[in-house]
This record gives sequence, C-alpha cells and structure tokens, in this order.
Amino acid sequence: MAATIPYEYKYLRAKKRFPHVWCPGCGIGIVMGSIIRAVDSIGWQKDDIVMVSGIGCTSRMPVYVDFNTLHTTHGRGLAFGTGVKMANPELNVMAVMGDGDSLAIGGNHIIHAARRNIDITAIIVNNNNYGMTGGQFSPTTPAGARTSTTPYGMIEPCFDVCKLMDGAGASFVARGTVYHVTELDNMLQKAFRKRGFSVVEVLAPCPTNFGRANRQGGPVEMMKLLKENTINLSQLKSMKPDQAEDKVVRGIFVDRDSISYGERYEALCEKAKRAAEAGK
Amino acid sequence: MIVPWGETRLVQGNEAVALGAIAAGIGFFAGYPITPSTEIAELLARYMPQLDKKWVQMEDEIASISALIGGRLAGCKSMTATSGPGFSLMQEGLGYACMTEVPLVLVNVMRGGPSTGLPTQAAQGDVMQARWGTHGDHPVIALAPSNVRECFELTIRAFNLSETFRTPVILLPDEVIGHMREKMEFPLEEDVHIVPLSVPDVPVEWYEHYHESASNVSPMASFGTGYRFHVTGLTHDKHGFPTRKENEVIAKMERLKHKITRRLDELEDVQMHDVAESSVVIFAYGSVYRSALAAQAILKKKRKKVGIFRPVTLWPFPDKTVKENLDSKNVIIVPELNQGQMIHEVERMTMDSVRVVPLHRIDGYEITPEEIVDSVMEVI
Repeated sequence: MAATIPYEYKYLRAKKRFPHVWCPGCGIGIVMGSIIRAVDSIGWQKDDIVMVSGIGCTSRMPVYVDFNTLHTTHGRGLAFGTGVKMANPELNVMAVMGDGDSLAIGGNHIIHAARRNIDITAIIVNNNNYGMTGGQFSPTTPAGARTSTTPYGMIEPCFDVCKLMDGAGASFVARGTVYHVTELDNMLQKAFRKRGFSVVEVLAPCPTNFGRANRQGGPVEMMKLLKENTINLSQLKSMKPDQAEDKVVRGIFVDRDSISYGERYEALCEKAKRAAEAGK
Repeated sequence: MIVPWGETRLVQGNEAVALGAIAAGIGFFAGYPITPSTEIAELLARYMPQLDKKWVQMEDEIASISALIGGRLAGCKSMTATSGPGFSLMQEGLGYACMTEVPLVLVNVMRGGPSTGLPTQAAQGDVMQARWGTHGDHPVIALAPSNVRECFELTIRAFNLSETFRTPVILLPDEVIGHMREKMEFPLEEDVHIVPLSVPDVPVEWYEHYHESASNVSPMASFGTGYRFHVTGLTHDKHGFPTRKENEVIAKMERLKHKITRRLDELEDVQMHDVAESSVVIFAYGSVYRSALAAQAILKKKRKKVGIFRPVTLWPFPDKTVKENLDSKNVIIVPELNQGQMIHEVERMTMDSVRVVPLHRIDGYEITPEEIVDSVMEVI
C-alpha cells in the first residue's frame, strides 16, 4: 500500500529545507502546522501568500513554507509587510514573530500597524524568552521568572499582548496555545479572513531555555502546564474572580469591523484625483 | 500632468527630486519627516495618490526603509527621503537591501552633524557614511547633484541604476542644493530614458532569485507573480536559501562586489574643466562644485589657471580617472563641507609628490568662491 502524504506537505519546502532548526519539544512547528491547515481550509493560493518574519526562532519559519517568503531584520517584519501589502493589496500578508521580535525591538512597528489597521495577520509565538540567543528575558517574561539575563528573577512587569493590541486598535485579537490546536486552527482562520490588522498570540513552550531555567520539566510537562494553566472565555465566566486569578485566558478578545488602511487609502486616492481635477 | 515636461519653471532642488521620482515611475514612497528633506515627502504625498501610487508616513526611519524593501519586492519602484540622523537609522535596512539585492532609492539631503547637529544648514558629512555606514562589505552607488536640474536627472538615474544593478542607490544633495531654487527647463518626456521593472524571462521552475548571470545581475521577480522565492538577510545561495557552505558564501560576496567593480564604466560620471592644462586642480562635488566654478572664473580674470575635477557619482569612487588625470598635478585643493572625507580618497589615488590641500567649512554655511580663490592663491 502506498503511503499517503499528508496534505500539509504541499505547503512545505519539504524536500529541500528540512530538517528544521527548532529544538525537540519546541512549539513553533505546531504553529506552522496550524497556519498551513488554516490556509488550506480558507483556500488561499500559495502564490498569493506572503509570509514575513523578523529574527529569532519563530522567524525561521518562512524558509520551510512554500509561499512568497521574506525573512527580514530583527523586529521589522511588520514594517516590511506594510510595504508588501501597500504595493500589492491583492497579496495575503501574514507576519510570524516571536515575543522579543514583535514586542521589544518591534514594539513600535506593531502598535503602529495596529493603529493603521493595515490588512496583515500577525502571529506572535510567545515562549516567554529569546530562544535563539540562549534564553534571555523578553517583554513577556513573567515577573520573578529566571532567564539567562535575570539570574535573580525578572523584576520588570510583562506585557499583556492582547490588551496592548486591543488598545492600539487591532481589528481582531486572540490568544491560543499550541496545546489547544483545534482552537488555534479556528482562530487563525478567523484572523486570516479578518479585514484589517489581526493578531493571534500563541503560547508555546521553550523547554531548552525557559523551561529548564524555571524547572518546568521537559516538553510533556510544559504542554501540561499550557493545558492546566489556561482557561477559555466560557470557563472564565463560570469561575469566581479569585479562582481565575492565576490562569491565562484563551479566546477571541476583539473582533470588530473597522475600515482597513488599504480601504482608506483607496478612498484617499479618489479624493486626491477629484481635488486635482477641481484645481485645473 | 504633474511633471511639466518641456516647460521652464522656477523649481526647488527637493521639488525636482520629487518630480524626478514621478518621472522615473515611483510606485511606493515610505518616509519619516526630517529637515531638510521634508519637501520631498510633502510633495509626493500630494502627487502620488492622484496617480494611484502608494505613499505612507511610517513610525520611524527604520520602518520606512523596511517598508520600501517590502514594496519593491511586491513590484513597486520605491524611494525614501531623509537626512543625517534618519540616514543613520536606515543603515540597517540599507544593508539588508544590499544583501538581498533589492533596488531602491534613498535620498539623503545632507545637514550638519554629528547627531542633531545643524538641522537647517548644509554639510557634506555623510559621504563616508554613505560608503561604509552599514556593517559588512557591501556595494554602494551614491550620486551628488550640484544644481536643481541634476536633482531631477540624477533621481531618474538613481532609479535606473538601482534597477540595472539590483542594489540601493543613494542620492546625496546637500542642504544648499535641496533648498535652492533655480530656473529649470524640463526635458521632453520622450527624451528621458526609464529602466522598467525587471521581469524574469525563465519558467517558474527554472527561476533562481540570484542567478549567476554574466553581468552578475539577473532579473528579479516580484511577489505574487508565480515565482515563489525566499528572501533573507542571512548569507544565501542562488535560490535565496541560507547557506554556510564556503563556496556559496564566497560566490555570493564576490558577486555583490563584482556587479559594481566590473561595470564601473556604466557608473562613472565625472566632469572636468581645464584639468589637462592646469597644474592646480580643485576637486569639488555637490554645492561646493558651484563655488569652484565661480572661483575658476575669478581666477581667470587674475590670469591664474586652475582646473576643476568634479565627481557626480561619488561611489564607486572614480579611482582610475583620478589617477590618470590628477596624479601628475602639483596641487589639488579639496574643499568640502566637512572636516575632510573625500580628500582621503584623492590622497589614496595620488602619489606623495602631489600636494593635496584641504579646505573645510563646518559652520553650516556654503564654501564661498572667495575662500577657494584665497586657498588657490596661497599655493599657486
């Protein structure tokens, strides 16, 4: 019997680029699988997709997928993506970034991409530290956590990515994990379909660095933590406030219809043409 | 019609840059406000939406140049305009564009530095930053206009060269040139040569994003045209995928260098006045070239003969032409609006027996013809 090749393979540069760089137990591969399933289910063509990224473990993803792929400089994925989307609005642009990439060095770009409401989907794989450079603290490292640059514990408060993106004006904001994969597939589908700036934060384990530094165990134990330490929005509703205190909430927090930057720019062009006509 | 083809107008330098960009077929502008370059962004903000072209003000200069590279990869000719402090921020993206061989035009209207320096006054302090500002060995093309008409023409040339060589091109007007107004006769549209966006001529499955062609430059596909390729700032093979194999790394780096050094004839642009018959030559570029011309006229009345050597293309430096024409001179005077930058290149290409004399002005004002005349009279 001939072995059946999973359909995901047609979206991968499977023969040429593998094995990948990610450590055993890393969550990024699961996110990549989820992206591919979401793309397949909404029927986007490979030629019309641009995946941009910055620098870091997550940002290595574009090399493995058979889209138009753009691996840029640290933190700038969304800035490059803004140029791509403006130059050719027909393209479906997604940006895959880590927490350090998108929120520290790229913090300025992500808030302005959200404010502009440019039609890009940002996927932030949050593993609470800089994995590629050896586990330094990031803007999402929880207070008290150990990393290679917080040997006595993290003293800075961390960002709540979803609240930040809500405040900055994103059209769609959701949080999932690599344990709750079906939920993540659905979130990504909705994010891809959303007009305007959409953000999906994905909690993922980094057993090599963050897990080891904080004695969270191996990949399996870290997956269990994602299962046990997170609740969805309906669970949140049925819990008393003190019960939910130490839980991280998953779900779609923002889903609003607002005019995207591209649509506003088109209207601007019409206005400019009318003004030029009137000025003649 | 935005570009007044064939007409004669009073035009500002920065305005001529903006009109040159429109003439060259700019499709995307991304920038961040900075004096003394703002007129370029302001005028394009007015013109480009009328033509359905894309214009955006980004959150900073790093974002601006990043967006430009994305824009060009998606099929639009791209340009930004900035000045010293913004130019420093753009070095990251400039290096990325060199490495990934993405064409773009970067206009740096030079002001006094370092740091915030003299925001509204002229300098030529960024010529070395233009050459070596971004990290690593990299190719550079930089052009320095000296009048308003050249602002228009060299902007078009910058777009053409960036497409021809698949590399960023830097236009370096100084503040005097950017803000001066002159009478300008616009050419006829049919007389202007525009290099179109490149389109690969091979089937999708044969496409190599960095094909090793005879000219070291191959046509670049755009995103969304069916040629799915990978772009990375990591050192890459001819398909664009990261590599650390010695032979592939060396091939990439050599090709980056050779695509410029083996086609110097197409890049060199030098103007010489009375150089052959003079033993004293003024080496000047940008706004200082104007003062050099005026100084030459004053000296002529005093029956003193001096030559002028003016590079229009600053980078690559016209090594051979400088050697051939200046190495036999007694004195070369190098007036610059800095503490001495291009003078090192002149010294590098001339023998010790040639006296190379600097003339600096660093207070934000232009070097006057009289200052050059005085300098010549001292050595003659």
